[in-house]
Amino acid sequence: MSDETVPLLEVRNLVKHYREASGARVRALDDVSLTVRRGEVVGIVGESGCGKTTLGRTIMRLVEPTSGEIRVDGVDFASLSGAKLKAARRRVQMVFQDPFGSLNPRHKVGVIIAEPLVVHGVPGAKARVAELLDLVGLPGEAAGRYPHEFSGGQRQRIAIARALALDPALIIADEPVSALDVSIQSQIINLIGSLRARLGLSMIFISHDLSVVRHVSDRVGVMYFGKLVELAPTSALFERPRHPYTSALLASVPRPVKDVVREKRAGAGLVAAAPGEIPDPANPPPGCAYAARCPLAEPRCREAVPPLAAVETGHEAACWRSGEVAAREPITSA
Amino acid sequence: MTRLPETSPTEPILSVEGLSLDLRGTPLVEDVSFSIAPGEMLGLVGESGCGKSVTALSIMRLLPTPPIAISGGRILFEGTDLAGLPEAQMRRLRGRRMGMIFQEPMTALNPVFTIGSQIAEPLRIHEGLSERAALERAAELLARVGLPSPRTQLARYPHQLSGGQRQRVMIAMALACGPRLLVADEPTTALDVTVQAQILALVDGLRRDMGLACLLITHDLGVVAEICERVCVMYAGRIVEAGPIADALGAPRHRYTRALVETIPLSNPPGRPLPSIPGNVPPPGARPRGCAFADRCSAALDRCRAETPPWTMDGARGFACWNPA
Repeated sequence: MSDETVPLLEVRNLVKHYREASGARVRALDDVSLTVRRGEVVGIVGESGCGKTTLGRTIMRLVEPTSGEIRVDGVDFASLSGAKLKAARRRVQMVFQDPFGSLNPRHKVGVIIAEPLVVHGVPGAKARVAELLDLVGLPGEAAGRYPHEFSGGQRQRIAIARALALDPALIIADEPVSALDVSIQSQIINLIGSLRARLGLSMIFISHDLSVVRHVSDRVGVMYFGKLVELAPTSALFERPRHPYTSALLASVPRPVKDVVREKRAGAGLVAAAPGEIPDPANPPPGCAYAARCPLAEPRCREAVPPLAAVETGHEAACWRSGEVAAREPITSA
Repeated sequence: MTRLPETSPTEPILSVEGLSLDLRGTPLVEDVSFSIAPGEMLGLVGESGCGKSVTALSIMRLLPTPPIAISGGRILFEGTDLAGLPEAQMRRLRGRRMGMIFQEPMTALNPVFTIGSQIAEPLRIHEGLSERAALERAAELLARVGLPSPRTQLARYPHQLSGGQRQRVMIAMALACGPRLLVADEPTTALDVTVQAQILALVDGLRRDMGLACLLITHDLGVVAEICERVCVMYAGRIVEAGPIADALGAPRHRYTRALVETIPLSNPPGRPLPSIPGNVPPPGARPRGCAFADRCSAALDRCRAETPPWTMDGARGFACWNPA
């Protein structure tokens, strides 16, 4: 089933349109193309409404795409239905943000983790549940308890165990650590890192938090207003962003404490690098959606949408002036 | 008692001394002390359940009493102890001398009234302005907090604004009567990072220009480091370390502060395991004896589990740890 020459996930020209109550058409996903290689973690960052959650849900076919292709191991996910879709879904599993809302409070943890196995008729559920609990660092007796008996971090471990039950090829994790406290967040990030090393997991890691995405991803895609505006290896994206929006995002993130202490900025500590806010989704501007907030915008940016194009090997950006984007002082820490 | 030396020669606007809060006999907050000078931004940081938000609400006297009671200490605002102040007097201070902004501006704004009437209300009540003069001032305030075309905004309703715009409206309301103290409880947690930077820069500018004393409550150490001068770190209802950013966050002595600073992804090389803190924050009612962090601490001694560590000063910073870093 796994041909090494075919990418694990290939998303091509994915489009999802919604119709608002007013009748206006909203382009939640606007021609997104992306691949995930075997064993790779691709981070997707962006602010609310950029389409990152819709992207994850559309790949899972929890949301029906308007058009485009989703290939998992070369099989077109977008055209499957019924039993074939169900069988194919085993290959892709999801972890959600809210570890309180995503676990059925009336089921014991053992039942929750075994559910995918039961649904897909996999025998030996009990032994597998014990194995999975051990894998995510929970005691075996957790199987007999209810979700409310666990903390947020432990519940996220349960959700991860459930996602791993069918041995999927790809995990889509949508803000998996955003609801957790800092000290718990690092436990879950470490768990994801160790699972990756042990199981060779491939993952799409969706988050609004750039520092978390930088830590876990091999490559990062930045979304703005339904489009992928930059896609690059993690270090290249953080050190040499080629889209002004990425650059503004990086400048808006608080720096590591050590760097701040070393050099307290004069005046306001944080740089408000992107003035204004995102355009009205029901009334998109003609050219680049970021032009109204962009310090580099020129007339053509307001007329024609820049395509996502290679600026270096493996580094793509959708900007007419990508060569002039200033790099932020690199985020480093001693 | 946790004591901070005054870094400013001026009288503090707010001085909290040995504050303790109980929920039906269960301690929520114990022996919390800090002060804020005019024009100063103090950060109060900690994880969920550490008591930072109830501390903020108790300063504004916005906690339901009962079930919550102020069981000890004083809250001195411009010299007046708010802890025992009758509600009628408190109401005159709130919205006039002290303002507060919250994480979710939508719940703090009334959905059925226009922005203009909501900002004008405190001006009519507290300052006795006419309807027209109050709306005039409201437009000036909206311009001050950076809302585009303020006159048009007056007639709009909260649902017509974005999260960032609503937070600007909340700030305009909090500032309407020229307060001396602004309490900001996670004001940017619900906002996107580029908008967060805008709002923090706005609050930072306002406190400089107006000489506001600001209390910033947040879970985000990075935000505190960027815009506050001093910080109080809370854990399980107590301040465990406090002082200038460079000391308390730059070179923490308390084991919890140190672990917290080190566990942040940004402080670590990408891809490598993060130095993590095992276990969970104990909830109120299940806090252990001695130091509440002892069970999660890599340097805990027997003594840590038996006795509450005393407040120790080290230069301008203080901490409560038996075995400091």
